[in-house]
Amino acid sequence: MAIGLNEFLVVSAILFALGIFAIVTRKNAIMVLMGLELILNSANLNFVAFACFGGMNIEGHIAALFVMILAAAEAAVALAIVLNIYQNYKHVNVDEVDSLKD
Amino acid sequence: MTAENLLCMALIILLLPLLSFTINIFWGKRLGKKPSFAIGTTALGIDFILSCVVFYNKVFGSIETVANTDGFFKIFANDTMVQAKFTWFHVGNGGIQLGLGVDNLAAIMLLVVTLISFLVHIFSSVYMHDDKRFPRFYAYLGIFTFSMLNIVLANNLLNMYIGWELVGICSYLLIGFWYEKDSAANAGKKAFLTNRVGDLGFLIGLLMLYYVFGNWMFDEVFPAMNSQDLLAALASGEKTLPLGMNYGTYLTLAGCFIFCGAIGKSAQFPLHVWLPDAMEGPTPVSALIHAATMVAAGVYLTARIYPMMTATTMNFVAFIGAMTAFMAATIAITQRDFKKVLAYSTVSQLGYMVMALGVGAFTSGFFHLVTHAWFKAALFLASGSVIHAMHMSMHHAGEHHMDPQDINNMGGLRNNMKITYITFLFVTLAISGVPLTSGFLSKDSILAGTLAFADLAGGLGWLVPIAGFGAAGITAFYMFRLTIVAFHGKPKTEIAKNTKENSFRVVMPLVVLATLSLWFFYSFNPINANVGWFYEKVKMPAVTIPAEYQRPYMLPLQQVEAAPAEMQTGHEQHHALTEYEETMHHFHVPAMILSLLIAGLGIAFAFCVYQFRVFNADNMEKQFKKLHTFSFHKWYFDELYDATVIGFILFLTKVFSNFDSKVVDGLVNASAWITSRIGKISGIFDGVVIDGAVNLVANTTGALGGITRKLQTGKIQTVIIFAIIGLITLIYVFA
Amino acid sequence: MPQTFGFPILTWITFLPILGMIILALIPAGKDELSRDASKKYFRWLTVGISFVQLVLALVIFGNFDYNLAGINDPNGFQFVEKFTWIKANLPMVGSINIEYYLGIDGISAPMVLLTTIVCFVASFTSFSVKKSVKGYMAMYLLLNTAMMGCFVALDFFLFYVFWELMLIPMYFLIGIWGGPRKEYAAIKFFIYTFVGSVFMLLVMVGLYFTYQIPDPSNPGMMMHTFNLVAMLDPANIVPGSIFASIGSDIRLIAFAALFIGFAIKVPIVPFHTWLPDAHVEAPTAISVILAGVLLKMGTYGMLRIAFPIFPEALGYFQCWISTLGMISIIYGALCALGQHKVGKRDLKKMIAYSSVSHMGYVMIGIASMRPEGITGGIFQMFNHGTITAMLFMIVGVIYDRAHTRGLDDFGGLANKMPIYTGLMTIAFFAAIGLPGMSGFISETMVFLGSFQTYPLNTMLSGLGIILGAAYMLWALQKVFFGKLPEKWQGPWDPTGKLYKGDDVNAIELTALVPLAVVIIVLGICPSLVLDLMTNSVNHFVEFMKPFVMIGGINC
Repeated sequence: MAIGLNEFLVVSAILFALGIFAIVTRKNAIMVLMGLELILNSANLNFVAFACFGGMNIEGHIAALFVMILAAAEAAVALAIVLNIYQNYKHVNVDEVDSLKD
Repeated sequence: MTAENLLCMALIILLLPLLSFTINIFWGKRLGKKPSFAIGTTALGIDFILSCVVFYNKVFGSIETVANTDGFFKIFANDTMVQAKFTWFHVGNGGIQLGLGVDNLAAIMLLVVTLISFLVHIFSSVYMHDDKRFPRFYAYLGIFTFSMLNIVLANNLLNMYIGWELVGICSYLLIGFWYEKDSAANAGKKAFLTNRVGDLGFLIGLLMLYYVFGNWMFDEVFPAMNSQDLLAALASGEKTLPLGMNYGTYLTLAGCFIFCGAIGKSAQFPLHVWLPDAMEGPTPVSALIHAATMVAAGVYLTARIYPMMTATTMNFVAFIGAMTAFMAATIAITQRDFKKVLAYSTVSQLGYMVMALGVGAFTSGFFHLVTHAWFKAALFLASGSVIHAMHMSMHHAGEHHMDPQDINNMGGLRNNMKITYITFLFVTLAISGVPLTSGFLSKDSILAGTLAFADLAGGLGWLVPIAGFGAAGITAFYMFRLTIVAFHGKPKTEIAKNTKENSFRVVMPLVVLATLSLWFFYSFNPINANVGWFYEKVKMPAVTIPAEYQRPYMLPLQQVEAAPAEMQTGHEQHHALTEYEETMHHFHVPAMILSLLIAGLGIAFAFCVYQFRVFNADNMEKQFKKLHTFSFHKWYFDELYDATVIGFILFLTKVFSNFDSKVVDGLVNASAWITSRIGKISGIFDGVVIDGAVNLVANTTGALGGITRKLQTGKIQTVIIFAIIGLITLIYVFA
Repeated sequence: MPQTFGFPILTWITFLPILGMIILALIPAGKDELSRDASKKYFRWLTVGISFVQLVLALVIFGNFDYNLAGINDPNGFQFVEKFTWIKANLPMVGSINIEYYLGIDGISAPMVLLTTIVCFVASFTSFSVKKSVKGYMAMYLLLNTAMMGCFVALDFFLFYVFWELMLIPMYFLIGIWGGPRKEYAAIKFFIYTFVGSVFMLLVMVGLYFTYQIPDPSNPGMMMHTFNLVAMLDPANIVPGSIFASIGSDIRLIAFAALFIGFAIKVPIVPFHTWLPDAHVEAPTAISVILAGVLLKMGTYGMLRIAFPIFPEALGYFQCWISTLGMISIIYGALCALGQHKVGKRDLKKMIAYSSVSHMGYVMIGIASMRPEGITGGIFQMFNHGTITAMLFMIVGVIYDRAHTRGLDDFGGLANKMPIYTGLMTIAFFAAIGLPGMSGFISETMVFLGSFQTYPLNTMLSGLGIILGAAYMLWALQKVFFGKLPEKWQGPWDPTGKLYKGDDVNAIELTALVPLAVVIIVLGICPSLVLDLMTNSVNHFVEFMKPFVMIGGINC
């Protein structure tokens, strides 16, 4: 069986679903971040797959590289925020971090 | 003398008392008694002297005829009147004119007013000496004299009306001079209000004249009454009179209305009730205002409007006068207050004058005005002298409760007060009509006039001379009753016994006035005034209304050539004899004999009753109980008016005030109440229905919101779930 | 060309009090006792100063008045004219709205301007007796002053209406806050009663706006509707087919009646008078003075300026009734004033309030006669009633400030205690009963002269008012001044000597009373001073009305 575009997309969809699931169900900020990374990676996979099979060519690769850089930067900032949250609240439960709401 | 000079003098005469008033009212208190007396008396002294000059020049001298219409003051002079006119203010396309005029009538009145006022000024300095408002009294005397002179010197009816109102106010202030006494304040008010009733008539008369003639100048209005243009316009209906009246009725009504002013001021029936009450004022005031001058203004007014009186108006005047003369005389018989007797005698004598004018005896009426002014002023000043003496005596005796004016407390005063007694006796003779006095001359000719009138008019006309002769007899009786009870016999009280004659300043005016009641001042013939200067200088003015409205027997027997209209002056004196004048001459001797007889009877009866006690006065009183009470209570006029007119007005005020507060204001408040009720109902409606609907919407929204808010957890996860569900739905729908 | 003046004098005389109000607002009311007293003094004297400047301006107007110009329906006959477009807006449905700022006076308004300044000036002295929140009082007083003056100088109906309404507001507060025991009731009653009249006026005003049009100066060839009162007197400006277009139609009669009632409430004419006694009794003295002295005149002025000339044929229709209403007012007012001694508490102020009803009745019969004598007399009576009644109310105020009662039964024998006061009161009372030598005599006589020519019977009946008038005035005079002084007033008014040093009137009260007395007497002797102002205008007015109304008299 030849591996085609469809297979890539199915894997990417599964990754995306897993990422959403993680964001929605987990209360721990780290876990939510990880879900986010999953979603980003599913998108990356899509870009690469389209670059390979879909005629997106070089643009797909460049977009994938951008996303990786962005993901790295996002992870750095987000982890710093999470660390700060932890220092203030002694936990990283996103439901209870609501002092901005008032 | 030129007309300008004469008028200048008249103006000074007019203004001097005003000056005295101004000084005394503003600075009198600071100046003190002596200076304020000096100022007032000096002003009046100068006034009197100037009046003499004016009188002599106008009546006996000759004033050149001028008609100077340039300048602010337009000056006119002819044989009858020297006058100045000026426009007071403009209104519409015309103007309201005022003016100043001197004719023989005015010149004589000037003398009367200024001399009596002067004498009263002197007299008052003693009489009012202890009063704390002494300067105020002199101020009031000044403004009164000014106002009175305003009437005298008027050459138009508006000026007269102005003076009329002013003397009314002065009279009010002076009657109520001792306003701490309620009776004095009430009497002042009564006098003013009663006069106002008459004044309203006067005003309506003025309005009626203005309606037709647009003017009030004697010399413009009166000649216009007979103008052919007017008569033609009225006849053709081009001009109409109010209420569709015809010209004769209109003139009659106008005359009667103006005469109403005289009824009020001269205390004629039925408005005579104020004068006796007015005796609450200080006695000098009674002498000046309520005997000699102001009350005579009514007669003066009637004389002024004589040219416009129709036959009916004259009859009205005659009957009012006759009625007054008789009624007041009967009341005077029983009065006990010295001044009240004199007051009713004044009313009666004024009735005489009015009656004389009414029957057509113009000169006699005016003559009586002058003679009466002297002797009545003398009587009042004499009574003032007596009252003052009684007061002084009471003061010495420390007695404060006795009535010093009650003649029953007097008696025997002739021994203590010789000069007062003699003057009083003399003027009593004058008022009773005893020969060699002025009163005899004037009264006699009036009676002749009434007889002539009755003869020519016939029928009810005879009531006039009957009332006249009756009043003459009664006058003689009550005046001698007064003299005898007060001065003769033995003193009835200790107070009367200890009276003393007053000082020079009190008796001097009495003597002067009494002297003026001698016959020769008016006519050297003691039994016939017709030959004297007075009758020569004061002639009946030509009546200027159309002949058809006049009494037929008052028309000239021979038609004199009428002067052209522009030359007529309103007080034209014509010399054509009338039937009336001839009849009056016929009746001269019978009237004289009859009046002498009647006066003699009256005097004799008074002596019989009070001096020689042939009849007992008390018994007579009992015998004629009803008549006596009727007279004593003044024919119950006060009670009648209280019950009818005043009662009715008070009733009306009550009704109207209640109506106002209950009905009119009630309606307003009711509408406010209804509005507020409607407001309340609409408020309820608003709360339940309209607001209910609004609330319903709000509540529904709220409930829905309550449901949906449950979805709003604020959690990011929920949001994402919904977002994804939404996304999927969209994809599902559109893909 | 309209007669302008080098200086916008009417604007100044009208809006000067507003300026004063602003200055007043800037002065702090003070914190402690001492500074509060000081600023009270400033407030009072500022008001006096403003009123005085107004008086001076009025005298300037008086001095520069051209006696030959008539005004009434001739735009070039008005003097000191100021005319600008004020509000001009194009609205889609009703066309353009044109409201002018149009001021000017003629012989009818000139005496009223003079009267307003005189009365406001003297009343500002009377206001010294107000002790409670002086700042607010003076501010309201000045606002009232502007509104009244504005009414008399406005020649644009809308502007007139604005001033007319503006006047109600300060009046409401002045009575409602500084008034007597029943002040709320009186203030509300006054406000609502007058407001009902204003509503009538507003309706007619709108109708008139659509009835008249004039060429639009900014848009040549175009016509515009207008509120211009002078333009409304020219039938050529009527838009054919508009609501009030056909002369003699029922709708015009109704409009006249509505306008008349609006003004009649203000005069007030019986039976619309009941707000007056309440308002007078409760209002503070100075406000009673203004109310009687100026406000009532706005009713009769409005009739002469607006109701009569715009609806002349309707006046012709109602003329007899108006005269009769005037007659009823005279007698009714007099009887009610006299009835004060029979019903309720005998209140001196209430009696004078009713006498106002009676005296304004003279104005009505005068102007209803449409004779020059009657109208001149009516306007002069407006002026004289203003000064005389102002004086009467001040006099009551003087005694009320001292004794804290106005009951007639509480007094007696004051003549000896307060001689100067008695003298002034005597002048005022005699003036009120029309004594010659005082201004009231001339106006009353002229009113009668005019009225008799058109309605003789009414006039004769009105004459009864003279007798009744004398009756209640003399009765009150006797009650208060004659007789014996009651026990309780034997001592000095103010034993501490703080407020009143002597028993008689003090200097401030004299300053208020003496000018009025002088005006009354001077005009009584020399009425031409005021009469000449109006002679031409009145003649012109009569000429203008002649074709429509009944003018009696044999010389007409």
